[in-house]
Amino acid sequence: MDYVPHSEADISSILKEMNIGDIEDLYSSVPEKIKIKSRRLERGLSEFELKALIRKKAEKNLAVTEIKSFMGGGAYEHFIPAVVDHIAMKPEFYTAYTPYQPEASQGALQVIYEYQSLICELTGMDASNASLYDGATAAAEAALMSINKDGPGDVLISAAVNPEYVEVIKTYLKGTKGRILMVPSPEGVTSVEFLKGLSAKKPVCFIFQSPNYYGCIEDVENLSEIAHSFAALSIAIVNPVSLGVLKSPGSMGADIVVGEGQPLGIPLSYGGPYLGFMAVKKKFIRKLPGRIVGRTTDKEGNPGFVLTLQTREQHIRREKANSNICSNQALMALRATVFMTYMGKEGMKTLAEANINNSHYLSKSIEKTGKAHLKFKRPFFNEFVLEFKKPANLVFDKFVNKNMFPGILLKGEMDKRILCCVTETKTKADLDGFIEIIKDL
Amino acid sequence: MEKSSGLIFEKSSRGRKAFSLPEAAMPETEIESLIPGKYLRKNLRFPEISELDIVRHFTHLASKNFNVDGNFYPLGSCTMKYNPKVNEDIASMEKFRDIHPMFPEKYVQGILSLLKEMEEMLCRITAMDAFCLYPAAGAHGEFLGMLLIRAYHERKGKIRKKIIVPDSSHGTNPSSVHMAGYEVVSIASDKNGEVDLEALESALDEEVAAFMMTNPNTLGLFESKILEIAEKVHSRGALLYYDGANLNPLLGICRPGDMGFDVVHLNLHKTFSTPHGGGGPGSGPVGVKKHLVPFLPVPVIEEKDGGLILNRQKPQSVGSIKSFFGNVGVIIKAYSYIKALGDEGLKRTGKLSVLNANYLKQKLKGSYHLPFDKTCMHEFVLSAKKQLDSGIHAVDIAKGLIDRGIHPPTVYFPMIVEEAIMIEPTETESKNTLDEFVNTMKEIAGLAAKTPEILKKAPIKMSVKRLDEVQAARVLDVCWNFEKPEDEGQEDG
Repeated sequence: MDYVPHSEADISSILKEMNIGDIEDLYSSVPEKIKIKSRRLERGLSEFELKALIRKKAEKNLAVTEIKSFMGGGAYEHFIPAVVDHIAMKPEFYTAYTPYQPEASQGALQVIYEYQSLICELTGMDASNASLYDGATAAAEAALMSINKDGPGDVLISAAVNPEYVEVIKTYLKGTKGRILMVPSPEGVTSVEFLKGLSAKKPVCFIFQSPNYYGCIEDVENLSEIAHSFAALSIAIVNPVSLGVLKSPGSMGADIVVGEGQPLGIPLSYGGPYLGFMAVKKKFIRKLPGRIVGRTTDKEGNPGFVLTLQTREQHIRREKANSNICSNQALMALRATVFMTYMGKEGMKTLAEANINNSHYLSKSIEKTGKAHLKFKRPFFNEFVLEFKKPANLVFDKFVNKNMFPGILLKGEMDKRILCCVTETKTKADLDGFIEIIKDL
Repeated sequence: MEKSSGLIFEKSSRGRKAFSLPEAAMPETEIESLIPGKYLRKNLRFPEISELDIVRHFTHLASKNFNVDGNFYPLGSCTMKYNPKVNEDIASMEKFRDIHPMFPEKYVQGILSLLKEMEEMLCRITAMDAFCLYPAAGAHGEFLGMLLIRAYHERKGKIRKKIIVPDSSHGTNPSSVHMAGYEVVSIASDKNGEVDLEALESALDEEVAAFMMTNPNTLGLFESKILEIAEKVHSRGALLYYDGANLNPLLGICRPGDMGFDVVHLNLHKTFSTPHGGGGPGSGPVGVKKHLVPFLPVPVIEEKDGGLILNRQKPQSVGSIKSFFGNVGVIIKAYSYIKALGDEGLKRTGKLSVLNANYLKQKLKGSYHLPFDKTCMHEFVLSAKKQLDSGIHAVDIAKGLIDRGIHPPTVYFPMIVEEAIMIEPTETESKNTLDEFVNTMKEIAGLAAKTPEILKKAPIKMSVKRLDEVQAARVLDVCWNFEKPEDEGQEDG
């Protein structure tokens, strides 16, 4: 089936009015030689058949609702309030386009303004854009911002940053003269000694993550200070849920804060669509990539919202734009806005505390068994690295037998480590079940 | 329409809440005993609001948005077609929505097979040899395309320095070229609105890595000399890049791969009906011919032992361009759309998008200046030049349409047309809607001629009048001022 409304009579009447014989006549500028002559796809399906086909495919997937999953590593299973789905499913939001015509898009524009405000408060920054594709590309855009500013230069990245992010940053820097230098993190957090030693390279920025890939909380204040001591920008990658209790990176000296907004009410969806967020201190506003919404007034003085500082963007500045980004993840930003509003002041704190509480209950209980231990003994949020005496893949299989995924297998170190994530979605009974399996190892 | 909605922050009242959360494992334990105090924040000034008030707030905001379900939305170059409801239902099925991207392959065979089949269908639709579904938007796809071209030339020994782009191109084109480290060479269009072959010829030197074009171009015209263009570009060792923003009219008619394109990006949120979401999420898959396959991003979905796996061992790959596997939730919707349409549906889609556009063009060319008076594809560009005499600009016409419940066409693009009004009706609009639009456009042309001062005031029926964009950029207000004392005017009286 197609979604074309025309009846045969409609088509004939249009053709007649236009005085042409056949629609194909309108394609006279297309060379005959390249016109399609044979079928390429199967016949179209009815809605009923389509759903049946898709259901069959879906059956071959496992959902997090069917297994206890302790996987994180950049995508997190969190509770999503019904309100978020219902508002994001309003066609007034999801079937609109980028709000180029402000008077016909005040709803979308106000949502983005509120989103920007919530992101700024959460991160302790002055300005946020309307969103980027995901956390990894947001980190890459931040790296490009610092290179654009100062020309070619070294980009320092903590080895405790999510490895997928590092890969994406590498790809994004291919068109620049920027060079990546990794700062090791043998103890689970960025090595301060090593970082200080790199000052001679005159880096343009230092990118770190807190809580980092291993779950450990970094000393953002100290790292930012060191970055500033050699005139590099401090770029912090954060988990927005952790900021319900953790100090904002903005209050600790970060110049640019980026992260993955997926934990804020966005489904796992096998990796996307997610939400990249980016917020900066005032002096970098004009360097921000992507859309920004500003509040202004109409000609009668009533408040309203518009896309602003558009002269940074590709549709005006073409090759001189800050970034090529056009479509971003607006609907995901709406989800995050509703989520943050639903949680509100107390809920964000309660949510973050529940993550810490549950993850610490599990880690402490595991340590007591003596069968596994925490690789890094440092303050952490909702993820930690477990080290086993035997290969981690064997441990993983034991969990699978009990309908659990204990976490993500980490490469290296004889492959005995698992990155385990505990959110508010796990009950005490779930955690006790985890501990029982560990005891049996 | 109701005036200002008030910001969510102004509706906050201390002690109210909407959230409910499960009990934690150690309910008696204080956070300070688990995390050192120096890491903890003192305050988070988020609003405090009840659930119903949240629902009211966003429902009210929704009512202030034009949208495809509610309004004709002929926004040129954006292909604002109907977004079939069943696709939304399918993408939100639990067994697609609730899968963690790190689940081992054997537990996600359903989604992997859907993605693999999608790659194959897109290959057949475009005549390319392989597809990468990971780019999150058209611009993201362009950037990847440029990196692939770079990798190809690098492998041949020299990355070359320049990419040619027509002056009528989308702004993302030159911007993506620049991001990938190439220099932009812009060439003018000829008097027919197509690529000027001579200009192309003289720009094509040994340093040109690729020619990036949109076909039909942004004037809505099919590049009739495409085969000669491809031949010229290839003869200099350069590649031909296809910006797929305008693929819709060609569905079922002809394919970029057969025209000689080496790299293409598609916009699933345009051609393949996935909703635009108020500015995303989109999806911008990239397809390539054989000679570029080794450079595609990792991981690559491959068959092995009767199942599908994610292969990251691709030594020549440009690497990762996004976390995980792209905007999967969007790709599922486009997959469903293609499955529903099949060959016949795709062809009807292409043809009717062209018929609708030509019908509008013919009906409107008497009232508005038509700079390129020839058969168009899915869209065409008018100019408000005639209306300039009475002081009416494209923007005034746009605002007049808003008052009449129609989302304006794209205005002031492409930049090569003065006072451009770019109209793309899409195939999903009925003859009745098109006729109403024609009447409205004629009424506005009449107003412009006789009583321009009325049009200058538009819109008057929205929640706001024309907004001051200059002030917005000059006096930046991009974030709520949380400094306001919490008690000030926020408590209920």
